[in-house]
Amino acid sequence: MTLSIEDLEGIARIEKDKRESFTYQINVCVAAGCLSCQSGVLKEAFEKEVSRRGWENWCSVKGVGCLGLCAAGPLISIQPDGTYYRGVGAPDVSEILESLGGAPIPRLDCASSRPFFEQQPKIVLENSGRIDPERIEDYIAEDGYKALYNALRMMRPSEVIEQVLASGLRGRGGAGFPTGVKWTAVAKASNGNKFVVCNADEGDPGAFMDRSILESDPHRVIEGMAVAAYAVGANTGFIYVRAEYPLAVQRVRTAISQARHLGVLGNNVFNSQFSFDINVRLGAGAFVCGEETALIASIEGRGGRPRPRPPFPAEFGLWGQPTLINNVETFANIPPIIRKGGKWFATIGTEKSKGTKVFALAGRVNNTGLIEVPMGTTLREIVFQIGGGIPGDRAFKAVQTGGPSGGCIPEQFLDMAVDYESLASVGSIMGSGGLIVMDDTSCMVDVAHFFMEFCMSESCGKCVPCRVGTSQIYHLLNRITKGEGKLSDLDMLEDLSDLLKNTSLCGLGQTAPNPIMSTLRYFRDEYVAHIEEKRCPAEACKIHEAREAV
Amino acid sequence: MESLQERSSPSKEGASMPTEDKRWRLVNRTMRLHGNQPHALIETLHSVQEYFGFLDPDALKYVANSLRVPLSVVYGVATFYSYFTLQPPGEHTCVVCKGTACYISGASGILGSIAKKVGIAPGETTPDGKVSLLTARCLGSCGLAPAVVLDGQVCGKMTPTAVLDRMEVWRNEETSERVPLRGEVDEP
Repeated sequence: MTLSIEDLEGIARIEKDKRESFTYQINVCVAAGCLSCQSGVLKEAFEKEVSRRGWENWCSVKGVGCLGLCAAGPLISIQPDGTYYRGVGAPDVSEILESLGGAPIPRLDCASSRPFFEQQPKIVLENSGRIDPERIEDYIAEDGYKALYNALRMMRPSEVIEQVLASGLRGRGGAGFPTGVKWTAVAKASNGNKFVVCNADEGDPGAFMDRSILESDPHRVIEGMAVAAYAVGANTGFIYVRAEYPLAVQRVRTAISQARHLGVLGNNVFNSQFSFDINVRLGAGAFVCGEETALIASIEGRGGRPRPRPPFPAEFGLWGQPTLINNVETFANIPPIIRKGGKWFATIGTEKSKGTKVFALAGRVNNTGLIEVPMGTTLREIVFQIGGGIPGDRAFKAVQTGGPSGGCIPEQFLDMAVDYESLASVGSIMGSGGLIVMDDTSCMVDVAHFFMEFCMSESCGKCVPCRVGTSQIYHLLNRITKGEGKLSDLDMLEDLSDLLKNTSLCGLGQTAPNPIMSTLRYFRDEYVAHIEEKRCPAEACKIHEAREAV
Repeated sequence: MESLQERSSPSKEGASMPTEDKRWRLVNRTMRLHGNQPHALIETLHSVQEYFGFLDPDALKYVANSLRVPLSVVYGVATFYSYFTLQPPGEHTCVVCKGTACYISGASGILGSIAKKVGIAPGETTPDGKVSLLTARCLGSCGLAPAVVLDGQVCGKMTPTAVLDRMEVWRNEETSERVPLRGEVDEP
């Protein structure tokens, strides 16, 4: 006998009863951001103090995933009051325990950041900051693995795919390919052993959504992968995660072993014919491995170099077998879609972009952290309401989305509703969800230079346009930031960008010129100032120092 | 292509371990978990680096023999991925994040001041072998920009002075309490 629905419901009931027996729950964020502000020590201090006072029976202390407002760590939330405290240290523990049931402590209260916590209807992050990511029981109490049960016991694989198609979910890795269409292609492929791969090689500098999801709610991704495997007919899965995220790796490994132990991974899950297991593979610091064919090469133990498509991985993927590759956030959307139906999901978002998007909000903004907003939210709401505006009330200059493959969006588009199409129309991309805010101290030429340096050193070197083109663009930009550029360089930049975009083998090269093209389009005057007046309007480039040194 | 490569034929138990060091057994365990298949290469290199700190030529040869992968391929993979290092690290490591958020918030200022005061560039180690300076593409700690990892601990909202102070402390230390690296133990 394997796990039954009664077992699952039993676990959920015990867990819920246990929760209800506590009058107060103190949730301490133990995601990587807060852990590096000593939230681990803080959690221990709470546990010690609660037990010293003999309050264990009515006050629980729990380590939870990301609460979102990473800039103000360590964060804690107190339930059922819904109070959030920021920058909490071990000396504050007694005072917080004393205040339970009374008014919040003004000194630590996140009252000024209210919009941050209240303006986010969460789907992917619904459990983040609420459950203990290292306990499968906590996930099960939040309807965890119910979607898998529903899929396995009440739906045919084709019906699962129909729900995903109806939801309108599109790939959250950046390109926005409809997930249901991808699943259909893999399901239709007839030969051999199929594979499901979760792409957690979050290489974009300035993006940490996937890391936070894996650290805060790893079972959700495992469940999403299992549902996908059932839908397409695969028995083996891989999670390809960056080695630079040790905590995420550890939590995913813990979650997989718990899932195996309980029987939601393994043979004959929920007494069905379905068997599935997941392996973890570590990335090794190559940005290009986010490209699916390069990722496949890397899982096979080779250097991560892309190959031309077609054949697409759906027909010819891992070890030549049909392979489904989706991003972490895409899989994390699957369990709620199966539980609540594709139609429900399709009511959220814009006409062509459904659901929500998780963004990593960073740069020159007050509330840096992890946010989730419905598709179609405007940039102004994201930056000025949820993000709380720019520190020191400086002037907003641009938002950069999509990392090295995206572009800089200037102020005139602040009221644009964010979805895949609108971002593309202004020369950027959705990307995986990094959203970097820049103020008037950021030089746009310097930003373009920074991204081109990134693409140049991350180019795998297989195709000439990318290998040579990124290097040529980099040197041109280098010259301009040093105040040694010529106006004709700008034409050359445009020509080279066009060449890269149209002739590179994979997405890395094809999108590498985006930061240049978008800054040339909206901030050409800054380039001209560097060239003609030999000055950097934002005073970020060291033109004067460079000239004095000569 | 593989048939052209000259490979030493592994014995029944696989290639013999380069040294008696017990850490090789942990590496062997990783390879065994993956059925000693060529596709275990990256996972195995991760293991070697985790236990020994870096990948030296003997380690590469051993892995090549054990997994029956040409040494050239092993070397190619070890040098393709930036996470792998063929150089022994210093006693202490300082990793400066160069992600976008950290860049915007002043990571280059930190690197600049290290170059000026300590005299090392990313990828280099101080002549006394005390401190290695590395950069990371993005630690994903963008909320804490600029972030620096000092001996494995992520420190957020760093300033050049704070990093330099820590380096000064490291450089004035008498001896390190770290486990000596493989080369230091076994070589005569």
